[in-house]
Amino acid sequence: MAAPTTLPSALADAVRDESSLRRFLHGLPGVDQVGVEQRAAGLGTRSIKKASKLHAIDLAISMVDLTTLEGADTPGKVRSLAAKAKRPDPERPEVPRVAAVCVYPDMVKTAADELKGTGINVASVATAFPSGRSTIDIKLADTRFAVEQGASEVDMVIDRGAFLSGRYGLVFEEIVKVKEACGDAHLKVILETGELVTYDNVRRASWLALLAGGDFIKTSTGKVQPAATLPVTHVMLQAVRDWKNQTGELRGVKPAGGIRNTKDAIKYLVAVHEVAGPEWLDPHLFRFGASTLLNDLLMQRRTQLDGHYSGPDYVTVD
Amino acid sequence: MWEYAPAPESRDIANLKPNYRMFVDGKFVEGTGEPLKTINPATEEVLAEVSTASQSDVDTAVKAARKAYDRVWSKMPGSERAKYIYRIARQIQERGRELAVLESLDNGKPIKESRDVDVPTAAAHFFYHAGWADKLGYAGYGPAPLPLGVAGQVIPWNFPLLMAAWKIAPALACGNTVVLKPAETTPLTALVLADIIQQCDLPPGVVNIIPGAGDVGASLVEHPDVNKVAFTGSTDVGKIIQRQLAGTNKKLTLELGGKAANIVFDDAPLDQAVEGIVNGIFFNQGHVCCAGSRLLVQESVADEVLEKLQARINTLRVGDPLDKNTDVGAINSREQLTKIKELTESGEAEGAQRWTSSCPLPDKGFFFAPTVFSNVSQAMRIAREEIFGPVLSVLTFRTPEEAVAKANNTPYGLSAGVWTEKGSRILWMAQRMRAGVVWSNTFNRFDPTAPFGGYQESGFGREGGRTGLEAYLDV
Repeated sequence: MAAPTTLPSALADAVRDESSLRRFLHGLPGVDQVGVEQRAAGLGTRSIKKASKLHAIDLAISMVDLTTLEGADTPGKVRSLAAKAKRPDPERPEVPRVAAVCVYPDMVKTAADELKGTGINVASVATAFPSGRSTIDIKLADTRFAVEQGASEVDMVIDRGAFLSGRYGLVFEEIVKVKEACGDAHLKVILETGELVTYDNVRRASWLALLAGGDFIKTSTGKVQPAATLPVTHVMLQAVRDWKNQTGELRGVKPAGGIRNTKDAIKYLVAVHEVAGPEWLDPHLFRFGASTLLNDLLMQRRTQLDGHYSGPDYVTVD
Repeated sequence: MWEYAPAPESRDIANLKPNYRMFVDGKFVEGTGEPLKTINPATEEVLAEVSTASQSDVDTAVKAARKAYDRVWSKMPGSERAKYIYRIARQIQERGRELAVLESLDNGKPIKESRDVDVPTAAAHFFYHAGWADKLGYAGYGPAPLPLGVAGQVIPWNFPLLMAAWKIAPALACGNTVVLKPAETTPLTALVLADIIQQCDLPPGVVNIIPGAGDVGASLVEHPDVNKVAFTGSTDVGKIIQRQLAGTNKKLTLELGGKAANIVFDDAPLDQAVEGIVNGIFFNQGHVCCAGSRLLVQESVADEVLEKLQARINTLRVGDPLDKNTDVGAINSREQLTKIKELTESGEAEGAQRWTSSCPLPDKGFFFAPTVFSNVSQAMRIAREEIFGPVLSVLTFRTPEEAVAKANNTPYGLSAGVWTEKGSRILWMAQRMRAGVVWSNTFNRFDPTAPFGGYQESGFGREGGRTGLEAYLDV
């Protein structure tokens, strides 16, 4: 198996062949379910107020991957989403832009045209999203198409069936090939943690994706329940932190699906701050995959600045 | 950098009064002892003046308790006693915020702990024991076990309200009456509990609360009309009490010090083990008799665990106990702070390697930064003596047998922690730990249904659960 980057010797050994990969993944320390859930709930009680809250809201806005992944998507819908991405709150130009707009491959061109020159990334799901049930050729073609259309970020799904049946080498190879097909585009690897079920699996899948060269590890497609949860995100943040300690490289985490309000988003940011570390508080290293979160962030931002609540009619619905 | 803005809980919620009086025979009365001033350890300001009991007040309180026992409480059906105890539990919940803020002011513990642990667990103890009051015949102590009489109870300053609940709830459920002495430095929440008891219309004299220093405690346990003594506190005082009670027919339970081992095997869930180590020693500033003050870590993962542990400890926020984001609050008293400093200096002098968290400390008040000693050997004082502060000693082991030998190599035996993913090893270890409580893959979890208590110099008798009822029944 070919490792995409030069790895420290301990990790290079891990990806030498299928059986060493399995040994490595099964040699990772386990995750205690009760413990990680307790810790996530405990950190969730942090009370973020005043200036620190406003800072968190702006940071969260700049980390949003504004997403529409519906069968009913149209160029019009994508264009209005792109407009929202550029000016989240039209009355307040100082509101930061979001990090990216995330769409299906056939909508990439529309989004890319709208966002040209803004610095906002176009992310595309690919690889037979959301199930990942297709051949590698189709997955690679899907990826290449998205990149040709102008995607600067690709959100791939792993083959959960292969992962759950222990064929780690297959999952690894797929990620490596998709990463190659991405070229310069950033690769986010969706683990679909709702189908992996156990935290041990989440930790193994996280390391597998990091070893194979994923720039980000992402919780979910948003099409499976449960999607992102705080404890799952804790486990993934621990993985990128440990990865940095071993390799010196910074990789990102993206929880997606189910994060709908500011309060939840702030809990995630607290976890990023205290589990991974302050350097991950950056849109290059942490993203929210969300559609409705942005408007709640905007409403809470107004509340912080105006001193009173406004309402959903004062933010744009796109 | 993202700094959390201060998020202080309002101290007005504590409903702090300038004066507090003792509670005897259903009334708040002035004690005839020298009044004491209780201070906020986070700021060193005086919070309130509290009247204390003299020897004659102790006598009055015991007489009131005796009268209430003879005339009312011992005759009342269990189902009726239960109603009162349930009422107390509900009132504690009702006034939970007030109790939590007051506890943090008086004790120095962070509000997140008083709010999320002390107060809810105190209420849970009353709820749990209320359930027992009419079912004592099914507890395994015969068809109609009898109460003992008047219980004299002396509690420490580390969990002022919670310890009061641990003591009072089972005593009342079993049909005893109570004279309780709270700790000298933390009398306030026990006196608010007295207010709750008064509002619950508990018959006068069933619970009496008499603040004061050690001498008041001594005259209480010595009092000839006390049938049962329950003490939680230091091993030294526990030994004095046991000597005093020798030859009397008073029943005694002691819950004393500890030097618990938290044992981490190489197959443990390491990130959660690190959490458990932090919770084991820095919970309540380490003022916990069952604190996991000795970390025994398997040599093959020692460096990794220590590295992760230091990174984690650096994220602990030390400071204002009323700030909702504070993880470690103030040391309860200057005296305790001096003792912690003295012991940590001995650790350095004896050659252990000291590491201290880089967290900033407030200018005022009694604070001590979380500290870890590595390269500790069993012979050092920091591995043998109870520090009762945020100081962890790290030792290593190679085999399970060595872990057992080192863990048990202490005169104490209150608690232990075992971290491993291997179920059979958990059971193997638990059988060999000389400790009253063994936690596995967690630490410092308290539940009224689980008996708590120690071996050897950690005391005897159990509190909580069915087993805990035995201490308050004539069996």
